[in-house]
Amino acid sequence: MSGYSITEPSRRTKWLAGVLVAAYAVITLIPLLWIIATGFKSNTDAIAYPPKVVFTPTLEGYVNLFTVQNRATPAQLAENPPETWYDRIVADRGMVISGPSRFGERFINSVIIGFGSTFLSVLLGTLAAYAFSRYRVPLKDDLLFFILSTRMMPPIAVAIPIFLMFRWAGLSDTHAGMILLYTAVNLSLAVWLLKGFIDEIPREYEEAALIDGYTRFQAFVKIVLPQAATGIASTAIFCLIFAWNEYAFAVLLTSGTAQTAPPFIPTIIGVGGRDWPAVAAGATLFLVPVMVFTILLRRHLLRGITFGAVRK
Amino acid sequence: MAEVALRGVSKRFGAVEAVADLSLTIAHGEFVVLLGPTGAGKTTTLRLIAGLERPDRGMIAIDGRDATHETPAERDVTMVFQHYSLYPHMTVRENLAFPLRSPVLRTPEETIRTRVHQVAETLQIAHKLDNRATALSGGEMQRVAIGRALVRNPAIHLMDEPLSSLDAKLRADLRVELKRIQADLGATILYVTHDQIEAMTMATRIGVLDAGRLVQVGSPREIYENPVSLYVAGRLGQPRINTLPADLFPGAPAGAATIALRPEHVRQGSGRPARVERVERLGDQTRLHLTLDGHAIVTLAEVHTDLEPGDTLPVEPQNALYFDATGARIA
Repeated sequence: MSGYSITEPSRRTKWLAGVLVAAYAVITLIPLLWIIATGFKSNTDAIAYPPKVVFTPTLEGYVNLFTVQNRATPAQLAENPPETWYDRIVADRGMVISGPSRFGERFINSVIIGFGSTFLSVLLGTLAAYAFSRYRVPLKDDLLFFILSTRMMPPIAVAIPIFLMFRWAGLSDTHAGMILLYTAVNLSLAVWLLKGFIDEIPREYEEAALIDGYTRFQAFVKIVLPQAATGIASTAIFCLIFAWNEYAFAVLLTSGTAQTAPPFIPTIIGVGGRDWPAVAAGATLFLVPVMVFTILLRRHLLRGITFGAVRK
Repeated sequence: MAEVALRGVSKRFGAVEAVADLSLTIAHGEFVVLLGPTGAGKTTTLRLIAGLERPDRGMIAIDGRDATHETPAERDVTMVFQHYSLYPHMTVRENLAFPLRSPVLRTPEETIRTRVHQVAETLQIAHKLDNRATALSGGEMQRVAIGRALVRNPAIHLMDEPLSSLDAKLRADLRVELKRIQADLGATILYVTHDQIEAMTMATRIGVLDAGRLVQVGSPREIYENPVSLYVAGRLGQPRINTLPADLFPGAPAGAATIALRPEHVRQGSGRPARVERVERLGDQTRLHLTLDGHAIVTLAEVHTDLEPGDTLPVEPQNALYFDATGARIA
């Protein structure tokens, strides 16, 4: 018989844990894989019953997503033979491309607003959290509670006041307005998360830096920021995920210029029948930035989930 | 290197008077040790000199100028902390170079390289220069922390129990090394400890703090042989000084309430009979635990003594210290 240790899980426990994790991963990933697959299906395959797992991939959905099309008569098609691969895909269905769709624009809006508000939330959050952590702020506890209290109801509960405020201030349907709004919503989370991380960093490091000839701000940049990197990265991911996925405010406050991708994607359904492959293609592309961002910061996030419990 | 002077410095934290009306001048090249129990104000004194705390009253002069309101960076001091001494996200080399790269010093890279190497050689950490600061043993970390002070040539080095977290052997090695470095560089050091051996071996002068007040300053020998109070007498001596009622032995001066006996003040072989309770053989010394009229006395015996528990040993004081009822020395 082999000896076993209290801290090291047994082989069977490990095996069971592995199976559970794998099962969980499959369950959560299947819908995602289904969306990605649907994006490459033809319209008929997408709504086929029973659902098709094996199919001939096509870029039809992506072409539909990015273009606006008109029906063309066979005579018109014969007059203007398709020149590019995407013209050909459209022509097969008796259509011609009349111009680009607004998806690209909406996607760029999402990037500007999502990353802009994330940057601002993390920047302001870090500075505020540092001040709360290190300085004697009058009414500190009340202020912190007040900041937290802004999260005690769903943000959409204040939709109408915000709608009126935005209209009055001329912020409706502007990038700046949306960045400001998402920053305001995310900031309380950012301050609280980051304060926890900064509290964990012993003051002695900064004091040492002060004595080593640096100013308070230089000590903050050179000593506190690198050590709070874990917290900053995970806070940034949380903020980006919220701002990126936010739907209700985006529907309410944007229309023409600053509309983000979430309210745009459902409108694809209405363009020329139920175009599920185009919707799936939009959803797939929409996932990419958050995925890339999270993977880039993955190393920090994994440590961040433990909320700084292990660093001392 | 320069002279550092504290004049009537006080600092209060809420209801606690951490440092009270403290005046002390540390001359160029001196190694001053502050001695006192936890909470006596040793660390606060260092932090006041470093500029990490502002005094409520009093003046701090560094190199002749009033530094009371200067920032830590302007004061040109170094400080070795008891814990958390290294920047964990940097390598050993970066840690050592950090003070030299500061906007105050702006050392050229060439000079940084040679200084860091010199210091690393002195402290025998040259082979660890590219390690992460967190990938070192406790002793190595503390040597790097001391190194980060030694790369500079400040007005004064402040050290807050820098060796207390190390094991006995390393502590002894570093103690000798530190004293040698100080002598070689002619550095001015203010050093906080409650380790008697560190105080006795390294200090040119010892200052004894009691509840924020500096009660005596003097050479180690002076503090040991001529304490001004019972409190100071109790700070040094291993085994601890014995404090007994003055009338236990004949010949006490008038007004004496307490007689204090270090082991060398206990002459064995004549005087009042004491009972041997315990014999502790420590190898290099043998301690005798005696009782005399119900009072415990700890003293030293000859290393290979034949005394056994239950034996009777006559003892009498020799050049003992006498204190009055308030603890002040009277003879």
